[in-house]
Amino acid sequence: MATVSLDNIKKRFGPTEVIQGVSLDVADGEFIVIVGPSGCGKSTLLRMVAGLETITEGELRIGDRRANDLEPMDRDIAMVFQNYALYPHMSVAQNMGYGLKIAGLPKAEIATKVADAAKLLQLTELLDRKPRQLSGGQRQRVAMGRAIVRAPSVFLFDEPLSNLDAKLRVQMRLEIRELQAKLGITSLYVTHDQVEAMTMADRMIVMNAGRAEQIGTPLDVYERPATLFAAQFIGSPSMNVLEVEGRDGALWLGDMRLPNPTGHIGPVMLGLRPEHLTPDPEGAIVMQVLLAEPLGANTLLHGKLATGQGFTASLPGVHALSHGGETLRLSISPANMHLFDTATGARLG
Amino acid sequence: MAREITGMVERRGFGLWLTHLVMIAGVLVIFFPIWLAFVASTVTQPEIVRPPMPLWPGDQLIENYTAALFAGVNVPVLTMLGNSLIMAVGIAVGKIIISLTSAFAIVYFRFPGRNMFFWLIFLTLMLPVEVRIVPTYEVIAGFGMLNSYQGLIFPLIASATATFLFRQFFLTIPDELAEAAHVDGASPMQFFWDILLPMSRTNIAALFVILFIYGWNQYLWPLLITTDPSMNTIVMGIRQMFPSGDDVADWPVIMATSILAMIPPVVVVISMQKLFIRGLVDSEK
Ligand SMILES: Nc1ncnc2c1ncn2[C@@H]1O[C@H](COP(=O)(O)OP(=O)(O)OP(=O)(O)O)[C@@H](O)[C@H]1O
Ligand SMILES: [Mg+2]
Repeated sequence: MATVSLDNIKKRFGPTEVIQGVSLDVADGEFIVIVGPSGCGKSTLLRMVAGLETITEGELRIGDRRANDLEPMDRDIAMVFQNYALYPHMSVAQNMGYGLKIAGLPKAEIATKVADAAKLLQLTELLDRKPRQLSGGQRQRVAMGRAIVRAPSVFLFDEPLSNLDAKLRVQMRLEIRELQAKLGITSLYVTHDQVEAMTMADRMIVMNAGRAEQIGTPLDVYERPATLFAAQFIGSPSMNVLEVEGRDGALWLGDMRLPNPTGHIGPVMLGLRPEHLTPDPEGAIVMQVLLAEPLGANTLLHGKLATGQGFTASLPGVHALSHGGETLRLSISPANMHLFDTATGARLG
Repeated sequence: MAREITGMVERRGFGLWLTHLVMIAGVLVIFFPIWLAFVASTVTQPEIVRPPMPLWPGDQLIENYTAALFAGVNVPVLTMLGNSLIMAVGIAVGKIIISLTSAFAIVYFRFPGRNMFFWLIFLTLMLPVEVRIVPTYEVIAGFGMLNSYQGLIFPLIASATATFLFRQFFLTIPDELAEAAHVDGASPMQFFWDILLPMSRTNIAALFVILFIYGWNQYLWPLLITTDPSMNTIVMGIRQMFPSGDDVADWPVIMATSILAMIPPVVVVISMQKLFIRGLVDSEK
């Protein structure tokens, strides 16, 4: 168990700066999720913490030690890889015990530790099998087991669930979280799946093109996204973003008049979450509905506004379309309106 | 896997007979000279030189083979078999060690000129032993390695082919595996011993078979550098048994030697067949 702190960490591959200065303080036992689109640098950031990639600039501290120049082994971390990276010729028990064997522990002690971890992960019956004789979910568990036996102070996960089917992913998500809470080990978890990020994180880092757009609790990020990117990346379906103009104490979208929560004057980006819209015969937002997707508990309505922009609303219950192209009036509470600077995408108000 | 293969060539009725007939004919054609050699190694000298040649084994098997093994023509065949064995195993093991380690270096370490070294090794593929035989002879003679096992083995050890094969195999091993070992605290050499080597097991076995036969069948090089009959290898030794001038060739003993020369490669192939086929067909990943 340890704290981890990143101080303005940067990574350059040749001339390209892939990580452009990320700072973060992780508390002891905290579960941090790093989320972002493909290629934004999540893996690179994690691998720098693991010691598999050198840190170009900035300082990494694990516990109270500077870790920039330590070997992975000396950082007291364990990593779970996307494709599990199990040694194919070793049994499950050997896979789990390999790190301990390298560390020079006596055989009997390795066997006890492996047995304990196997019990925790329900792998006891599989200890003598080879990785190729296991299902995807079981391999995932073995990879977890290999990380656990070493009782590291930090767990690092790089998209560990992306090779599993949807149902197993939900189950493993819970298992990993439960296990982490039980062991109280500080964790960094990389994913590109925002649902995983929302459900698992104590705090999450939303990354985009090598920068941390926002660091905060999932609810923080959902309710007060710091940037337009974070606003659109988190939430499903994603947020509607409209370019509006502030004048005369209101926000104008074409000739639709919306309340102006910040009193901003001039052009500004307005973000509206589909699930915050409510049908309202007096509503200012007029939408022409082209397609309805019933999901059971709610229905997604896709269509466009009078200005021609695409627009999505998510309404509770079932809404059948009687005919294509019917119009729907919607309203939204000013508390749920998010305003962003047109040029920088930074949150206003 | 096995079922798929039988399914692939499944034939019925006439087709089945025809394939077998062709196969049997092929085997007979290939086998016939070997049979003749065997027959010749079991009869007496006068029986061989008197036409027609005998087609069925005679009663001299034990005498001829004993003569070959323990007396030979210039040197006992047992000595030559021993020399060949040392040379073939030396070449096979040496080549495998050298190429495993050089492929390991080329794939897993970033050092200046890494690609240049690879291409240099690759270039030597185009220079077979025969092309560089004169300078190699000079070098070996300069080191005083004529008529020695080192002289027989060392010049044939460097192997671009095997290095290339291992490099290709290592490149198919996911990077994550090396990284996992790194995180587990394994040093590069521990990674090599504990992970890379066991994973290459089948490839090593396949290469061993191929290289053993390559080493066993060397002819020109041993002929050049061994002048002392006690250092002769069997493949060149057979040729040395042919008399020069008017002497008569001792055909039964020569034929017995030929048969004996074939046995070790056959034993190696058969005993390593399972691993060998697996090494060629699939890799354990
Ligand atoms: N060894 C390298 N040399 C040069 N560029 C690299 C190297 N490794 C990664 N990159 C670049 O760094 C950027 C970030 O890569 P990274 O693997 O961290 O992305 P990621 O966020 O993990 O994406 P994904 O979700 O697809 O795994 C990418 O643009 C990638 O091309
Ligand atoms: Mg990645």
